[in-house]
Amino acid sequence: MQQDAPKAVDDAALNARFEARIEAGETIEPKDWMPERYRTQLIRMMSQHAHSEIVGMLPEGNWITRAPSLKRKMSLIAKVQDEAGHGLYIYCGTETLGVDRAELVDQLLTGKAKYSSIFNYPTLSWADMGVIGWFVDGAAIVNQTVLAKASYGPYARAMIRICKEENFHKKQGYEIMATLANGTPAQKAMAQDAVNRWWWPSLMMLGPSDANSPNTAELIKWRVKRKTNDELRQRFIDLTVPQAQAVDLTLPDPDLKYNEETGHWEHGPIDWDEFWAVVKGNGPCNRERLQARRDAHEKGAWVREAAAAYAAKHQPASASNAA
Amino acid sequence: MSRSTKVSGPVPAADKEAGGPGADGTGAERDGATQWPLWEVFAQEAQGAAHEHVGSLHAADAEMALQNARDVYARRGPIVSLWVVPSAAITASPSDEAGSFFDPGADKIYRHPQFYKIPRGVKGF
Amino acid sequence: MSNDDLFEYLLRLGDDRLVLGHRLSEWCGHGPILEEDIALANIALDLIGQATLYLHFAGEVEGKGRNEDALAYFREEVEFRNLKMVELPIGDFAFTIVRQLLFDAFSFLQMQELQKSANSELAGIASKGYKEVRYHLRHSSEWLQRLGDGTEESHDRAQKAVDDLWRYTREMFAADEVEERLHAAGIAPDLRMLEPQWRTMVADVMQRSTLSIPSDVPPLEQDERGRHTEYLGHMLSEMQIVARSHPGAEW
Repeated sequence: MQQDAPKAVDDAALNARFEARIEAGETIEPKDWMPERYRTQLIRMMSQHAHSEIVGMLPEGNWITRAPSLKRKMSLIAKVQDEAGHGLYIYCGTETLGVDRAELVDQLLTGKAKYSSIFNYPTLSWADMGVIGWFVDGAAIVNQTVLAKASYGPYARAMIRICKEENFHKKQGYEIMATLANGTPAQKAMAQDAVNRWWWPSLMMLGPSDANSPNTAELIKWRVKRKTNDELRQRFIDLTVPQAQAVDLTLPDPDLKYNEETGHWEHGPIDWDEFWAVVKGNGPCNRERLQARRDAHEKGAWVREAAAAYAAKHQPASASNAA
Repeated sequence: MSRSTKVSGPVPAADKEAGGPGADGTGAERDGATQWPLWEVFAQEAQGAAHEHVGSLHAADAEMALQNARDVYARRGPIVSLWVVPSAAITASPSDEAGSFFDPGADKIYRHPQFYKIPRGVKGF
Repeated sequence: MSNDDLFEYLLRLGDDRLVLGHRLSEWCGHGPILEEDIALANIALDLIGQATLYLHFAGEVEGKGRNEDALAYFREEVEFRNLKMVELPIGDFAFTIVRQLLFDAFSFLQMQELQKSANSELAGIASKGYKEVRYHLRHSSEWLQRLGDGTEESHDRAQKAVDDLWRYTREMFAADEVEERLHAAGIAPDLRMLEPQWRTMVADVMQRSTLSIPSDVPPLEQDERGRHTEYLGHMLSEMQIVARSHPGAEW
């Protein structure tokens, strides 16, 4: 688009103007000039987010066929379906940066791209459907509410839509937990066991501690992220502790205590070795999750080809003229 | 991309590769990368309201784009009408010339009712 | 016409949709592309939603205090009244789409007639379902055209699915005394009237999809409601496991 225009300004000037726009709180749109590093950081972060939504369908999808009532079955299908939608919204947002979805999906399937470590844990009982909505979606909402103010327009808009839709995810999860906690002794034990297994991975899900998060400073400078991982984690804990107390479930942290002065709940040490091991591929379900996605992609190849071939055969005349 | 079945624009690959993606069905080695074109979705939330952009999706053709738009963007309602447009059919104003495009419109104060004064007490404006 | 007849009929309507919705939901997270994953989940949700209404009404008609969950989760496989076609495993995407088309066309005609049922509650449930199934039919018809007239592979897969499923279609129109009594009472449609309409609709889509309807399919024995394949028991054992492990529990 610019090729004929005189190159009146050099990159340094463009960069200065970009930084000034960020500083002024302006929104960056796809066709605006942006530093290459901003673009690649966004692609990395947004595609990781999209992959997480897609892989995140699997642990909950595991219980759709066993949901214990028709109402729960429908809620769960709708929730897992939303995750597909949210992955789709974010992939489309990422595509505005000049990378197409096929390429992003390929990065996921070949193991080049990462996704949230939380989805590499197995879902072992019906209560896991409750605790995932409550903890995992709860943590995601804390993160996404802030991302809805991100400097990149398509990302922020996708987040606004997602936050609106995800309202019911956390609530239905907590409702499941409250019902189980008030149910039979076996149900209550099931709920507590799920809390025990998912609490620490959920805290880790908000990302490495600020000291070990190499991308945070840059992303905050560019207002892609607006809060650090530790700030988000604190917000999640402060929200969740009273919710656990209200349904008489115990969070598995003997060091958890309220600090009167700061007004925050303080937690015990997080096992970051476990986090990094899961990120590096050694979580309980890493292989199964990726394999499930590869299988779906490969089994769907002939379907995608069929629709493309049909479209090519039945292309309306006006569309070919437009080329 | 000689044996690839990738489609990059909203125009089906038939224009670029004879026979279209996978049309020969010879079982040539596939990379699974058939990418349907991108479409922009516009939704109308109530009779008489404007269609607003709600997002994008991939679809092989217009009918599938419309169905996908219904399933992806109208599953919560309330939507009364949808448009789907091939993304490549959209021509956008140049962002690096935003100044010359839009600033001249910003100082034409005589286009706005506040520019005009009428005697006190006269009603109906 | 007795309440027993109506109860039996509502179970047929409910179970067809519950079992098919359950099967469709198995695609969730495993669809050929994200957009279609979402579409299949929508259809599964519609079907399970319709099943919930029919089974709820069935429980009321029966009058023994069973609600939709009691009927879905605490009946044995021989008590289920669904068509054999809907309980078959999902197969590949072609099998799923062909089965949807065959059922959608049937359900479309059924709902269209049931909207005029002398039983106003049944008519109300049907008119809600009618809107949904009109879209389902559009979805499966459009997809079948793309598979049938897409690539050689997709054509072969779609034709194989038609060949495999065709023998199960007669059961949809196997009217028994229950349906005849309900038809006489103005509550249920005449299956003999629906069959030719269904054949016309399906033949039209098949023709547009460059697919052929097998002409010499041997009739499936025992095509009456309540007889099943071996697949249903496995499906139900999975579907019912949590509910049955905690009898009396709330969820």
